[in-house]
Amino acid sequence: MNQTEAFSQRIDKALHNEQARKNFRTTMSGLMSKRAEQFPDNEELQQIRDQARAIRSHSLTNLPDLLEKLERQLVKNGIQVHWAETAEQANEIIYQILKTAKAKSLVKGKSMVSEETEMNHYLEKRGIEVLESDLGEFIIQLAHEPPSHIVAPAIHKNRQEVAELFHKFFPELGYTEDIDKMTLMARQILREKFEKADAGISGVNFAVAETGTLCLVENEGNGRLSTTSPNIHIAITGIEKVVEKLSDIPPLLSILTRSATGQPVTTYFNMISRPRQSGEKDGPQAVHLVLLDNRRSRIRMDEELLDTLRCIRCGACINHCPVYVQLGGHAYGTVYPGPIGTVLEPQRMGLDKIGTLTSACSMCGACGEVCPVRIPLPKLINRLRAESVNAERSDAQIQGKGSLRKLTEMNGWKIWKIIYSNALFYKGFCWFATRFRFITPPGISAWTNYRTAPKPAARSLSELARQEGFEDE
Amino acid sequence: MSKSRENILNYLRKQRSSVSESPDVYLPVHNWSQQEKTSRFIECMQAVRSEVHQLKDGDWISWLNKELPERNLHNVLVGQNETGEKFCQQATSSLKVQQYEKHIELWKHELFQKIDVGITTTRGGIAETGSLILWPDNDEPRLMSLVPPVHIALLEAGHLYETFAQAIHEQNWSSQMPTNALLISGPSKTADIEQTLAYGIHGPKQLIVLILG
Ligand code: SF4
Repeated sequence: MNQTEAFSQRIDKALHNEQARKNFRTTMSGLMSKRAEQFPDNEELQQIRDQARAIRSHSLTNLPDLLEKLERQLVKNGIQVHWAETAEQANEIIYQILKTAKAKSLVKGKSMVSEETEMNHYLEKRGIEVLESDLGEFIIQLAHEPPSHIVAPAIHKNRQEVAELFHKFFPELGYTEDIDKMTLMARQILREKFEKADAGISGVNFAVAETGTLCLVENEGNGRLSTTSPNIHIAITGIEKVVEKLSDIPPLLSILTRSATGQPVTTYFNMISRPRQSGEKDGPQAVHLVLLDNRRSRIRMDEELLDTLRCIRCGACINHCPVYVQLGGHAYGTVYPGPIGTVLEPQRMGLDKIGTLTSACSMCGACGEVCPVRIPLPKLINRLRAESVNAERSDAQIQGKGSLRKLTEMNGWKIWKIIYSNALFYKGFCWFATRFRFITPPGISAWTNYRTAPKPAARSLSELARQEGFEDE
Repeated sequence: MSKSRENILNYLRKQRSSVSESPDVYLPVHNWSQQEKTSRFIECMQAVRSEVHQLKDGDWISWLNKELPERNLHNVLVGQNETGEKFCQQATSSLKVQQYEKHIELWKHELFQKIDVGITTTRGGIAETGSLILWPDNDEPRLMSLVPPVHIALLEAGHLYETFAQAIHEQNWSSQMPTNALLISGPSKTADIEQTLAYGIHGPKQLIVLILG
């Protein structure tokens, strides 16, 4: 099965899952209105978007220098820094840290980068117990499902489904569909794990080069627990997450939480700059940061596609995407869904693997309008479409360029070009199409699966205009 | 893996040698009076179900002595700083007050299982978002405001800043970042099931802020 057929099958499956679709519809509309409430003053919104974009662009322009500065500061602070070019390398680095420390059990705060590297799988295969502690991640870990949203990973599940899942794995706690009670159940189950875990893993929202500080944004407190209670803390992040100065953080934090969940700020903003110092009584004795490239340096090579890396993973583009609302996250078949996934994943995995995602975009522009760092997502999707059929020559370092180019489609457009650039051919074509409209085919492959076939009108517009007495010129 | 480091940096340096100026510092100003800052802070805190009380400077001890037993919060954890010492000495006898004096390895289980409430000071607050600023240290370690089911925070009214940016700027954070700096803006919460808010998932189920002065 090629990638397009596989995508169609996932779409078909998603469209037939009424329950999940309902969950997505209610959740996304809730998130959209909560976001809107946070930006009553449009001028302020546009100003802070400009600021956030400028900060992120500055980071990307100066990326190698800032990464070195970050490393210097972190090392000075006593945090160990590791560099990984690939997912495999990142996993191996983490495994070696754990193995050396004889760590057997791991609690994890939410980290999309670790989803990207499939870290859980890698470590579990090597005998390490990995437990997701973010409630949403915990739920999907029990269900053996991937996240369906980058901010709300279990959003495809409703309360009954969660209740059944909890009951299956923890029958001793009794059955309830009450969300407060289920939340407390999860608290009880995970508390013990936090107490006993040998190591904690987290992602990073921003890494500050100036001070060597890792910043984590969260509501639950599992991020704080994962980074404070066990004796080892390993943070993993993409190389693009660095910012230069501490003063860059307030505007980014503000626009991140308001765009993501419509909160003025999250419950916890956790800034870590050192392992436990002598005299301090808690906190991990060792803190590690794994900096992952995984093709980000390649994406950065292209003047236009570089914008992809400004992303602060707020999920607003996803929440506002009419295609995502219909399909949900799993149909994409990637770690990151929605508009940002459509832009990032083909660049990360190759157009030959997942370039077909770019076809599922209506170019409505909603994502680009809400993006807090002004990533021109529709423009980038269009660019990737062009790359996937080799429409223009470019130096972009994307795997599988031109892999979606089809001979029939190309020839079709070539013929179209000939007809439309020659007045005589064009007239002849119109005459033919209108006079012989009865022979147009009733079905045109996939186009007519959900639509009626178009039929040319009896007379072309220019013919009608001429009849009305308009001149040709 | 320093090979990876070189590869990545070399690649990043390959094409783009341009540098850009750092963007200006974003420092919005509201010009709020002390009263406005306090009410904004309280409003934001209450919106996320925190409890806030305004007390006269020295009244916090008597407030705690009255409220803690009534709320069945008997096992109390305080720091080894002045505030902690004070409360240790003046706490009513029905409370079992202990200071965080041992390394976590020596009493982790007890901290996780036996403590009802942790009481900490704060370094200030942020009016715009209703946030507390905590810089845990030797005397008031990190887990105090996280593990016990109830967190009570003392906030000096005069230490309210308009914005996070202002706090960072005026307290000159960048030259003295501590091991861990925190903003705390309510009790622990989640919306991961059906986007319905539920409190107390991992951190404190309840946050009580006592504004002093
Ligand atoms: S692309 Fe923009 S809107 Fe989408 S997740 Fe990233 S920052 Fe948010």
